[in-house]
Amino acid sequence: MSANAPILWILVPMTFGALLLFISNQRALSVLGGSFAVLLALTAQFVPIEEAMRIGTFSLKVDSSFTIFGRILLIDPAQGSLLALIYGGTALWFFGAEAAKTAIRIVPLGFMITALMVAAIAVQPFLYAALFIEMAILIAIPLLTSIHTPPGKGVVRFLIYQTLAMPFILLAGWLLAGVEASPGDLALAAQSASILGLGFAFLLAIFPLYNWIPLLMEETSPYTVGFLLWILPTITIIFGAGFLDRYSWIRSSPQLILALRSAGLLMLVTGGLWAAFQRHLGRIMAYGSIAETGFSLLALSIDPRLGIPILFLLIPARALGLAVWSLSLTVIKENAETLRFGVTRGMLRVTPFASAAVLIATLSTSAFPLLAGFPARFALWENLARVSVGSAIWMGIGILGLLTSAFRSLAVVSMAEEYTSWRPRESLTQMIMLGLGVIGLFILGLFPQSVQFFLSELPLMFEHLGR
Amino acid sequence: MSTFAWIAVVIIIVTSVGLLIARDWRVSIILLAVQYLAMFILALLHLPLGMASVKVVSGWMSSAILGMTRSGVPDNESDEENIWPRGRLFRLFAAGIVGILVAGATPTVDNIMADAGFAVTAGGLLLIGMGLLHLGITSQILRVTLGLMTVLAGFEVLYATVEGSVLVVALLAVINLGLALVGSYLMIASSSKEAESS
Repeated sequence: MSANAPILWILVPMTFGALLLFISNQRALSVLGGSFAVLLALTAQFVPIEEAMRIGTFSLKVDSSFTIFGRILLIDPAQGSLLALIYGGTALWFFGAEAAKTAIRIVPLGFMITALMVAAIAVQPFLYAALFIEMAILIAIPLLTSIHTPPGKGVVRFLIYQTLAMPFILLAGWLLAGVEASPGDLALAAQSASILGLGFAFLLAIFPLYNWIPLLMEETSPYTVGFLLWILPTITIIFGAGFLDRYSWIRSSPQLILALRSAGLLMLVTGGLWAAFQRHLGRIMAYGSIAETGFSLLALSIDPRLGIPILFLLIPARALGLAVWSLSLTVIKENAETLRFGVTRGMLRVTPFASAAVLIATLSTSAFPLLAGFPARFALWENLARVSVGSAIWMGIGILGLLTSAFRSLAVVSMAEEYTSWRPRESLTQMIMLGLGVIGLFILGLFPQSVQFFLSELPLMFEHLGR
Repeated sequence: MSTFAWIAVVIIIVTSVGLLIARDWRVSIILLAVQYLAMFILALLHLPLGMASVKVVSGWMSSAILGMTRSGVPDNESDEENIWPRGRLFRLFAAGIVGILVAGATPTVDNIMADAGFAVTAGGLLLIGMGLLHLGITSQILRVTLGLMTVLAGFEVLYATVEGSVLVVALLAVINLGLALVGSYLMIASSSKEAESS
């Protein structure tokens, strides 16, 4: 019996997501969606691609490619762990969706978005990925805004900025092919690199094109925004690393390394410092996620043999950190009208689990020891300091900003009026999910090797990077 | 064919400037549909008839989607049109600047785009420039959608000169339709509260 990898991990989840649109029960959606995502993750991790698997008399072979309109969707055998990581992360978000009361939208649309992002990694020629990412962006709009609520500025800016990325990346891809054909044409190389940089600046929301993120965090459910802030930059960075892997002249260009480092530091420092001065818990998470992207860019800027494993180590920490952070903000928002400091003051006595989870997630993003974000950031900081002490100091400033925002959040949520009684209002599901998430953050921080099972083979998906 | 291409460029100038200054949504939708016809003529220079037709048909379908949705939404034209510097004169002036920039950039871009032809390059750049200008001066959902579709139309004209893949044409058509659907969704969403409050 034979199966097809792109059908299994792209078309099946897409169809499944479409079918889930007809279910309106939060719990059923959350359990069904989460379980199916776990199933996809497990099959991706354990079922070999392009190798016959024999169980008794039953033999199964999963083909790696699927031809569509003369082009190929190709899932390389080395990408199995990446798919496991993506669908594992998606499962995490889907299981938490019931507690966030967003399962009706996030599970069906989330499946479609995830499938399209996987298609973006799988499509050959790989620069067509921009088209699939754009389709995912379009599907994300109904996820972000209800048809019964007027859309805010953040949604519109998100649509504009992300849509503008696609033409730049497609054009850059074509120009890069020209550079490959005539490597001596420096003007063409500079033009293609600039267009590519602009495309990724829009897609990754690089400074100053990230103003839609804080706006979205104010306007819509933190949980749905959190999901997008995890899946979109994660896949985009892997797609960007694919560019580096493919074109040796980009990979070996000192200007590009400098540009990546500068962009990463700019994201991290502005994200960290802006977070430190916010008076809105949601906006703090927005700037925290911006800083997260900065960490990923910095990982790409150091020696790939060290940077690529660090980049992959950042992914599970980002997924779990953002999931816990956005779920806890959703729970707080449910009990307070907005996430402004003035309104959320003393929330620790109303939503103790969520308030504690916000702090732990913020601290994890701030590279606080013993938490999920620490191992990858520490390794990154150490390696960055070897290359440039100045950059390491700037990274420290960014982290300091994030830590300040964490302690300010702690001060606000714990600042209750004297003699205020404890009135916990979280549901059992919310408490369980938040508790499990926080335990996960500690496990990833204390035992980072626990995810090495998934991560160790990931650099093999690149031909040149990380080898 | 070259004459037709230059006629298409003239049509693009008229429609893109018209989209910038038109206040009636019906006029805007008609201009968008005509713009796709001009885009079809330019795309035809580098794509087979069938593939170029996909672009115009998807463009017209997108225009129809936007028009049908807008017709069902209560009028909520804001005063932003009348506020200086967003009035018609300002828009015409800004469009003139975009035109000058396009005229200056066309030879260089034409050289980069594998000698696509001056008319095709100018048409594509005009659409991109006017679309970006449109996006920069409005926050109305319909106008934002029109701006994005104009930018994408310009890009498609340019990209058709270097890429003739069926998959790309199909995906771009899907994206155009998707953009129109998303625009319609947002238009309905933005009118929902007004309908409730009125």
